[in-house]
Amino acid sequence: MIAVELRKLLRSRRTWATILLVDALPTLVGVLLAVTDLGPRPGEGPAFLSAVLTDGTLFPLAALAIVLPLFLPIAVAITAGEAVAGEAAAGTLRYVLVRPVSRLRFLVAKLASVLVFVVLTVLVVAVTAYVLGVLLLGDQSVTTAGTTSVSGSSLSTPELVGRTFLALGYAILCMLGVATIALFLSTCVASPLGAALGTMAVFVGSALLLTLDASDAVRDYLPTRYWLAFVDLFRDPILWRDLQAGVLLQVAYVAVFFAAAWANFATKDVAD
Amino acid sequence: MTTAIRTRGLTKYYGGFLAVDGLDLEVHEGDVYGFLGANGSGKTTTVRMLLGLVLATSGTAEVLGRAMPGAAHDVLPEVGAMIEAPAAYPHLSGRANLALFDAMGRGSRRRGRAGRVDDALDRVGLGGVDGRPVRAYSLGMRQRLGLANALIRQPRLLVLDEPTNGLDPQGIRDIRALLLELNAAGTTVFVSSHLLLEIEQMCTRVGVLDRGRLVLQQHLDDLRSPTGRVVLRTRDVADARRLLDHRIDEAVGERIVVRDGDAAALAAELVAAGVRVDELVAERRSLEEIVLAATGAGSDTFARTSPVDAGGAPTGPTGVPA
Repeated sequence: MIAVELRKLLRSRRTWATILLVDALPTLVGVLLAVTDLGPRPGEGPAFLSAVLTDGTLFPLAALAIVLPLFLPIAVAITAGEAVAGEAAAGTLRYVLVRPVSRLRFLVAKLASVLVFVVLTVLVVAVTAYVLGVLLLGDQSVTTAGTTSVSGSSLSTPELVGRTFLALGYAILCMLGVATIALFLSTCVASPLGAALGTMAVFVGSALLLTLDASDAVRDYLPTRYWLAFVDLFRDPILWRDLQAGVLLQVAYVAVFFAAAWANFATKDVAD
Repeated sequence: MTTAIRTRGLTKYYGGFLAVDGLDLEVHEGDVYGFLGANGSGKTTTVRMLLGLVLATSGTAEVLGRAMPGAAHDVLPEVGAMIEAPAAYPHLSGRANLALFDAMGRGSRRRGRAGRVDDALDRVGLGGVDGRPVRAYSLGMRQRLGLANALIRQPRLLVLDEPTNGLDPQGIRDIRALLLELNAAGTTVFVSSHLLLEIEQMCTRVGVLDRGRLVLQQHLDDLRSPTGRVVLRTRDVADARRLLDHRIDEAVGERIVVRDGDAAALAAELVAAGVRVDELVAERRSLEEIVLAATGAGSDTFARTSPVDAGGAPTGPTGVPA
């Protein structure tokens, strides 16, 4: 069933259009930086962006930091919100279920296909940004001398590559959290758009609550709380505290919302 | 005779609304079963319960001898279904859609898939279709594709909801011929429809649903057996009325309905009395009359002249609440 879902995902023009749109923003930022040579000062703007003018190989990380707070979650919410409600609205859900495909297997396959979508998007963004960074942006320290970490010390290239992959993995996990919330909502509502917008409301609301002192008691449980903790992977030594908390939190979100999606969908009347 | 579909007291509430009320369906293997009812009478909900899409509030359903929805994974691979409108992924071609659906679920084999897809398309008359996406299909083509999708696994039981919807007369004839051919080869066909003529031309047994209750379930031949009345058309209306007098049920213009099972004897009697007979035929009720009488949804003249239980007792209990 997962293979079937992947075929559906990869053969849909919307998938590729969404990925291109997500990719467009960091590309635009990269081109603008290269043309104007005006980077934000260190400590301002999206993470890593101040560093890319000197070291273009850092641009994949900067690109990730650009798309992670908004663009990527929106794309994920739309794709995952489509999962059940979209098939129901198109009428194909009933034909899938009478094939028969078990409802649990269907949900798992949908989540897996969203995961592949996220991985694909993150990889496209990272690769585009890397190519762009190397071609257009600074290349001062693409040498054996290594790259400067956020903490000021040097990171060797293998270290940097390893940490970059960890960061990508972390971002993918965060997006899986978003996807599971969207999947749950997708089993609740009739319209795929409703599920996507509901998911966006969750993470926009979470981002807003994070800025309030009054929400201190719940802030550590908000879904977006640790999204940008991947920056800590580039400190020397790595600052694991937030990353660990972030992984635990996202795993909990995935587990809780997947269970909720299953509980709701298992006995739902498919009457569309 | 084995049973393809059997339900006992099948009931479905949507919130406080009673959609299906204590249904006792009985479809035998080899039947072409016509499931009739007005829009909103609960046909689709029943079909969905049989297929495990909607869960019954109470009662049981057995399909091909196994309990649904419990045994869905063993039963459904042998069932082909079209539920209300056909549906497909609009950006893919019909062929790609069938291949995709064929790849879903348990026991799907990659081997022979292209052949199965081609066979199914050939059967419904779409064998020569090009690679255009389903989005560009006409309603009739979508309907045929939906049917192909139901046929691809060569099911023992076909459950079809309004299979000729959107087809032109030629298409309707094709589909009817196809279903009868499949039935002759051993497939049980369960067709729900509100097109009475459709059912009348195709089905061996019918069940009639009225506001969630099964009000009739019987062999079509039994339903349509002579009613014990004869319809006479004559230009000597006055003579005929005098002769037949109290045997006349109704008389409108030159048409007289006589309570008499024997048309031949009546003909002799009329001729002997010098009444010119233009037409004399044993009365058989059309399915339309039967259904309208059973459901009481149509004109009340049918309700008075054709009682529900005429033509033999129903084979199953009808409309017994759970």
